[in-house]
Amino acid sequence: MSAKQFQINIPESSMSDLQRRLKRTRWPDELNNTDWEYGTNLSYLKELTDYWQHEYDWRAQERKLNEWPHYKAIIDEQEIHFIHIKSKSPNALPIILTHGWPDSFLRFEKLIPFLTTPEAFGGTTSDSFDVVIPSLPGFAFSTLADSPGSFFNIHNLWATLMSDVLGYDKFVAHGGDWGSTITEHLARSHSNHVLGIHLTDVPFLHTFQKPNDPSESEKKYFEEIEQYQMKENAYAMIQGTRPHTLAAGLSDSPVGLAAWILEKFYTMSDCDGDVENSFTKDELLTNISLYWYTQTVPSSFTPYYDILHANAFTWIGEKVKDWTGSSSVPAGFAFFAKENSHPPREWAARFFNVQRWTTLPKGGHFGALEEPKLLANELREFFRRVR
Amino acid sequence: MKTEIAYNIQPFTISIPDAVLSDLQQRLSDTRWMTPIKTTGWDYGVDPEYLQEFILYWKNTFDWRAQEKKLNRFKHFTVEVEDYSLHFIHEKGTGAVRIPILLLHGWPDSFYRFNKIIPMLTDPVDHQRDITFDVVVPSLPGFGFTKSLREVNQQQPMRHSASVLFNLMTEVLGYSQFVVAGGDGGSPLAQTLAIDHPEVLKAIYITDPGWHVQGVDKSTLSKKEKKYAEKGQKEFMQQGAYAMIQSTRPQTLAYSLNDSPVALASWILDRFYFWCDGPIEKSFTQDELLTNIMIYWSTQTIASSIRAYKMETVSPTLTAKDYVKVPTGLGLFPKDIGGIPPREFVERTVNVQHWTEFERGGHFTAWEEPELMAADMLKFFSTIKF
Repeated sequence: MSAKQFQINIPESSMSDLQRRLKRTRWPDELNNTDWEYGTNLSYLKELTDYWQHEYDWRAQERKLNEWPHYKAIIDEQEIHFIHIKSKSPNALPIILTHGWPDSFLRFEKLIPFLTTPEAFGGTTSDSFDVVIPSLPGFAFSTLADSPGSFFNIHNLWATLMSDVLGYDKFVAHGGDWGSTITEHLARSHSNHVLGIHLTDVPFLHTFQKPNDPSESEKKYFEEIEQYQMKENAYAMIQGTRPHTLAAGLSDSPVGLAAWILEKFYTMSDCDGDVENSFTKDELLTNISLYWYTQTVPSSFTPYYDILHANAFTWIGEKVKDWTGSSSVPAGFAFFAKENSHPPREWAARFFNVQRWTTLPKGGHFGALEEPKLLANELREFFRRVR
Repeated sequence: MKTEIAYNIQPFTISIPDAVLSDLQQRLSDTRWMTPIKTTGWDYGVDPEYLQEFILYWKNTFDWRAQEKKLNRFKHFTVEVEDYSLHFIHEKGTGAVRIPILLLHGWPDSFYRFNKIIPMLTDPVDHQRDITFDVVVPSLPGFGFTKSLREVNQQQPMRHSASVLFNLMTEVLGYSQFVVAGGDGGSPLAQTLAIDHPEVLKAIYITDPGWHVQGVDKSTLSKKEKKYAEKGQKEFMQQGAYAMIQSTRPQTLAYSLNDSPVALASWILDRFYFWCDGPIEKSFTQDELLTNIMIYWSTQTIASSIRAYKMETVSPTLTAKDYVKVPTGLGLFPKDIGGIPPREFVERTVNVQHWTEFERGGHFTAWEEPELMAADMLKFFSTIKF
């Protein structure tokens, strides 16, 4: 199996089409004095759209992205896009980083140098990693399989990518959001290859299988999760039950798409009421542009759909029960201060061989983008034990 | 002594500017079709093939001016009441007895919900009792051609709407007594009117008990009620995400719906498809579906209409503890959301005096089965003493 090199090159016609749409945006009104309470704030979205039209430079961003070595490989009849950056250090540890929704491979953009050249950031070459960052199937430049339920096969694609395509027999893995679920599956199904995993959340699927003997702090955690879901989970429900109904519009209206994605970067990050405390306009727009240009909004909803369909609940009910305490692969956890939920350690210990448990003082759900240095330090510290 | 306010009732003709129509044509021609997960079928929400056909019909065949002409056969008016410029249709009955009736629509329909039933109420085929209705159909605050004139009231918004509509019927139109009928959002609104003005509202007719009844103490439910509630809960998990979004983050959704006609059509069609006694082509013509969608598009009211879900969640008007004392008629359609509820469930919150279970029809009752509903309303309201 081999991979071929790839460069991002969005056609000029797509760019001018986008500009035309932005220019003729028909803005809705907004309820008085509600800030972001009713969803993405109108005046901020107008500001961002104005920037998108008049200042943002996609080609400059594209050039920057193309400085990374991009590849595509055909695995299981799916075209998988990934970045592969080798460290100069001969004993670098291979690591695969898995993103979620509504981010992309860009989630790890800032983390890369900390991992490949630790010596440039006050570390030592013995902490170096060879970094592999794939786009999930149906995201950015990776294609989606035809069969429903393909979400539950991604970890197998990753194992093939690492061992067969890139020749790494032993490697480690890190992920957040969907990335943490996929990373968990990878450890469970391919423990012969995976030396350790590191996650920034406990995959939420486990909360569908509540134990009969919850501790007090677990009970509290379940209540928090329930409240969180009532308030924040509607996007996941609509993406899981009616992906086309929503995606038809987000594929036609760039401000519609920007609003839908931006809300998550606002509510889930440690931005303290100003999204630009955590991300620049360029960072926000490059991620949004990737979804827009690659027309991957519908396919990016498939993990949600697959979880609610394809007998996923049966699958979760049966498999997860078998998994309880069954994995010996060492697992490290780092929780950013404003992560969506903060489960107790004993909850994670039901499903993982927990070897490291850290709460970080800053950052949110997109911690790898918000606080790359903190995360890099966690990854170094934790994976030292499996080198 | 009552203070007389002079209301300035203005005749109103629907006339969408040409610029709005040409802008719409441009957007429809420029549609960027989604790359669907599956190319056909309704498994993933709206069927991409159906949607594409529908949009092509909108662009190439649909004649808004012809529909507008048809809508304008009714007598439309606007009047300023409190903080709204209210749009309403007012059609008087032809019989010796004329019962004033206020008809309340919901979401994602509009005053157009009652397009077919209006003549059936003002001039019924069956004149044997010579009872007819003076029909008033408003665009609810936040919808259609009704316009907000000031900052929107956020305290119990539905109660506020009820008060505005009460003034429309009594102060503006001079009816000392009237009845109300409604479904979807129109049902709790009718109930609020009945709770707040039992001396003026003689009776109400609703096609569902309203969402707030779901808040009843579940431990007191009978076996039959429990089964109904569980079925409803299951259906909500599969069908209710639109309501979850609209009651938590409506603004986030509003950007695409107000900018893209495909977005708006897709969002609204999804509900008509799943809530009709299908297939959808049998229940509604494309012209009908598009006329309703055009009302949202041309007035740019999709944002305010979906926002109502959240506003009412933040500051609720009704809870399951409220009770409607005035005589209430229920007309229940089998394919409405959650199916037909047990009578004892509905009796918890309203004084049920009339109960009809129809054999066919879905959520858009007055639109989908106007003859059935008109006859049943006539039957119920003729038992009410004025």
